[in-house]
Amino acid sequence: MNRFIWPLVIFLVLAGFLFVGLGLNPREVPSPLIDKPAPAFALPQLHEPKKVFSPQDMKGKVWLLNVWASWCVSCREEHPLLVSLAEQKIVPIYGLNYKDKREDALMWLVRGGDPYVLSAADVEGRIGIDYGVYGVPESYVIDKQGVIRYKQIGPVTSQSLRETILPLIAQLEKE
Amino acid sequence: MMKWMAILMLGLLPLFAHAGEAKDMAADPVLEKRMIGLAEKLRCLVCQNESLASSHAELAEDLRREVREQMAQGKDDQQIIDYLVSRYGDFVLYDPPMKSYTVLLWFGPFALLLIGVGVLMFQLRKRKQTVPEVHLSEEAQKRAAALLNEDK
Repeated sequence: MNRFIWPLVIFLVLAGFLFVGLGLNPREVPSPLIDKPAPAFALPQLHEPKKVFSPQDMKGKVWLLNVWASWCVSCREEHPLLVSLAEQKIVPIYGLNYKDKREDALMWLVRGGDPYVLSAADVEGRIGIDYGVYGVPESYVIDKQGVIRYKQIGPVTSQSLRETILPLIAQLEKE
Repeated sequence: MMKWMAILMLGLLPLFAHAGEAKDMAADPVLEKRMIGLAEKLRCLVCQNESLASSHAELAEDLRREVREQMAQGKDDQQIIDYLVSRYGDFVLYDPPMKSYTVLLWFGPFALLLIGVGVLMFQLRKRKQTVPEVHLSEEAQKRAAALLNEDK
């Protein structure tokens, strides 16, 4: 009997590990920026390039920074969600327009609606590197002290909004 | 005739299929070499199994530019690695650092080897106990040898 128990146990343990592995997403790399101050920048605004946007301007507010681009296919997926979130006026959404052409970006906002209070234009992708962006779209929840509290890699979904982002924002508003 | 032409052309195809390293502008060859050396130790986050040096992904190009610029500013390799780790996490390093949560990764295989050796020793000892060695008489030895060599 003993002869069969051990191989069975080993098999079950291995199967357990492999099963858990199936559910993991290797594309999602945990960000070291969580609970760190959002990196500072000063970028021209997309609509009014003469004006500058800095995350420092947002001190005292809970806000969402959404990295997007007109060439990004999955951005199309999350865009309607962001538009409806903006209509509910729960949290101000600021865009970081990542490595995009200005005309393309503006056209995209005309077509799909503009959920952003404003977008900052990161034409060369330098600020993206500072924020550890590696797969657009990405979204950051930033608290009143300017600290990154959550990072969503890939498109925001109605599930991630309902289960993670909105409860977190409600909690941060009270802080 | 057409068939042979097609085969000939397919045969020549590899001549044009160069797999070059990702190219960028190399203003300063020494710095470029240093940058490539460092980039080989770093992982491209988009393709994940390619190094930053060999990746053609746009992000990899941007990161190489970043590394190049920081080198031009006089930062040493460790400072640049620290910067990238602070942005992208340990995942950018091809060599996983020794940390509390990577202990299993580093020593797991050795632990498994030790367990295996332990089990093997245990089994061998048990077998020795259950199957005692038989001492043959000289006559029996000869018979056994004769039987074994029968075919030769």
